[in-house]
Amino acid sequence: MVATDIQNAKLVYERPESLADVATHYCPGCTHGTAHRLVAEVLDEMGIREHSIGVASVGCSVFSYNYFDMDFVQAAHGRAPAMATGVKRVFPDRTVFTYQGDGDLASIGMAEIMHAAARGENITVIFINNAIYGMTGGQMAPTTLPGMKTTSSPRGRDVETQGYPIRMSEILATLDGVSYVVRRSLHNPAEIRKSKKAIRYAFETQQRGLGFSMVELLSSCPTNWGMTPLDSLTFIEDKMVPAFPLGDYKVIDAVKSMKWKEG
Amino acid sequence: MQTEIIIAGFGGQGVLFAGQVLAYAAMDNDLHVTWIPSYGPEMRGGTANCTVIIGDEPIGAPIVKHPKAVIALNLPSLDKYEPLVAENGILLVNSSLIERKVERPDVHVVYVSANEIAERLGDKRLTNMVMVGAWLGASGVLDMKAVQTSLKAHLPAKHHKLLPANYLALEEGAQIARETLAQAA
Amino acid sequence: MAKELLKGNVAMAEAAVRAGCEAYFGYPITPQTELLEHMAARMPELGRAFVQAESEVAAINMVYGAACTGKRVMTTSSSPGVSLMMEGISYIAGTEVPMVLIDVMRGGPGLGNIAPAQGDYTQMVHGGGHGDYKTIVLAPASVQEAIDLTALAFDLADKYRAIVVVLADGSLGQMMEPAELPEMQPLKKQLPDWAITGEPGRDRRLLTSIYLQPEDEETTNIRLQRRWMEIEANEVRYQEYFLDDAEIVLVGFGTAGRVALSAIRHARAEGIKVGLFRPVSLSPFPAEALRLVARKAKAMLVVEMNAGQMLNDVRLVTQGACPVDFYGRMGGVVPLPDEILSEIMRLARFTPHDLNGHTRAAWLDRLEVVRGAK
Repeated sequence: MVATDIQNAKLVYERPESLADVATHYCPGCTHGTAHRLVAEVLDEMGIREHSIGVASVGCSVFSYNYFDMDFVQAAHGRAPAMATGVKRVFPDRTVFTYQGDGDLASIGMAEIMHAAARGENITVIFINNAIYGMTGGQMAPTTLPGMKTTSSPRGRDVETQGYPIRMSEILATLDGVSYVVRRSLHNPAEIRKSKKAIRYAFETQQRGLGFSMVELLSSCPTNWGMTPLDSLTFIEDKMVPAFPLGDYKVIDAVKSMKWKEG
Repeated sequence: MQTEIIIAGFGGQGVLFAGQVLAYAAMDNDLHVTWIPSYGPEMRGGTANCTVIIGDEPIGAPIVKHPKAVIALNLPSLDKYEPLVAENGILLVNSSLIERKVERPDVHVVYVSANEIAERLGDKRLTNMVMVGAWLGASGVLDMKAVQTSLKAHLPAKHHKLLPANYLALEEGAQIARETLAQAA
Repeated sequence: MAKELLKGNVAMAEAAVRAGCEAYFGYPITPQTELLEHMAARMPELGRAFVQAESEVAAINMVYGAACTGKRVMTTSSSPGVSLMMEGISYIAGTEVPMVLIDVMRGGPGLGNIAPAQGDYTQMVHGGGHGDYKTIVLAPASVQEAIDLTALAFDLADKYRAIVVVLADGSLGQMMEPAELPEMQPLKKQLPDWAITGEPGRDRRLLTSIYLQPEDEETTNIRLQRRWMEIEANEVRYQEYFLDDAEIVLVGFGTAGRVALSAIRHARAEGIKVGLFRPVSLSPFPAEALRLVARKAKAMLVVEMNAGQMLNDVRLVTQGACPVDFYGRMGGVVPLPDEILSEIMRLARFTPHDLNGHTRAAWLDRLEVVRGAK
């Protein structure tokens, strides 16, 4: 009997409370949704959804405030870490996080991310690196790989004239103000699980007042890469991971020794 | 009534503080006053000046081209401001550091060997107060006692041991100015 | 409270502290640096937020974030720094959150210099950032007025969810005058119902300047325009000096207004009937009051430390009721009372009948003569 089956069924998967019950505007196969869900699950598990204030950036994640069910402000392009600084300094006991893409964080917002990190601002940054400007339609990003074709590098990124990709996690790891910076990827379930754990570490870092934390997530952009969703995941694994190695770039001892009950 | 004084010299000669002493005294005597420094790159070049305007109605322009008095603590200051002092104005010259004489015939000139006096009083940092005293003696705009009272009121307590020497510096400067102008008259 | 001898920059900073400013973000720039330094000392000792930002761009966006919490927030800068802030100012206007900005103007354009100027009139009064928004702009002419207007700025910002600019200049920032500071105000206890606070137990709140549907953005614009009309109706401020019998009326704001006042006193001593109209709120502009003054005047002389940025507004609102002439100094030069006195004398001798179209050219010719005479 169907009804009986449902009564005895065990709920193993549901929408996190931190995610609003709406469909997203993200393209099919885009990993933004995965990243959103991981952040939402972590905030739920930590029980801090209602104490959190998100800072949306400019890019494909410009509407992330529609998907996270908590107080949100919308920053100007690249300025999310500065805006988050303003919020956090007024409300130090709230959980404040930015959700930024590569154009936002590593190009126009380079100064703001570097200095927020250098100050050791007690905020969490979720950095989506998909090596392209998604929202404006696939232009070259500061993380675009050498030779990679985009609408503004139609013959492939020529390092002679267009320079080299920037590795943000490595750069930020050199700063004394940073407590936790790691790079993870969203291209397979194992890496997604590792990503979630890293996000938990980042928010726990903030909760304990330990300072600046960032999780860089290698993500896909099937639409602008001109690939199927599956090929996009392969592209991450084959092309992006070698250029942007996964790993822990800086984890201070106080973060390493953090303990919490798994929710 | 409105009177203006420009105090000019090297950085480190206490130019800005001298002007503030006058501004405090004016304020404490219910007069209107504006103190404004020269600011910016020229400060790094080693010269400094400030303008103090004292009046019995709200001060308009914060700077003047032809001040009624100038205290020149060094030669560049005299060179700059001698042509600008108002006719019949007062030019107070620190003769310890300025060897030349004032050329204009239409201003009242007081030469004060302020560095020597300050050193004799035990502290070369009193140079500015000797010159301020000279202006008080020459202009009569502010009362000596009032200035001394203001100095005491606004100088941080930790510097109060310096007050007697400051008072003497003011009085010596004033005395020289009075004598000089009496002789000239 | 008793009067103290206060430097303009310090006085404005302390006035902001006492008005209940809870967060300050700034970047060093002369001639406003003492303001930032005072906040650096005061805010942390009071347990309030102070951050020296990496740039004016970051500073204004920190203000943006803090303003979204509904608390009283401020940044300060000088002309080139304010130009950098224009992006954030437009966002803050579009998000309708309150903030106070003190602009201690200096000579420009470009890097210019650090001398006093009024070249930001257009940038602050007529926008500078993109889109249709208005800021309230208050122009003090003394240290006391700078204190009073800074305190008022926070009240107006809260009342109208507005950006309020205190438009000072380098001389006002650097000068010391006797002035009285207000009592320390208690901090805001009740935050507005739009504030982003991360408070549990209520519906989520969102503050943004993005309205993707043009109709929604237009709705926001209509709200901004309606609110501005309310501000225009209620928040006009100006000062009049010797206007009762004035035949020649000088119009000047801030330091230029003070210099004009000195010249007017000299002219009055010579028997010339001249007065001063000093706009205190440059935005909203005291249009109606100035129109009435213009109807009784034989001539007006606008005096500015720029190339006639307010002149355009004076002409617009007086609508030819009387001839409007201009005298200004630019690039950080402060006009001297003597220069303005000779302008008054000129107008007293020859009342210009039609200056239309030639005002600036004639002024530039006279200015070159004044400069040559030096």
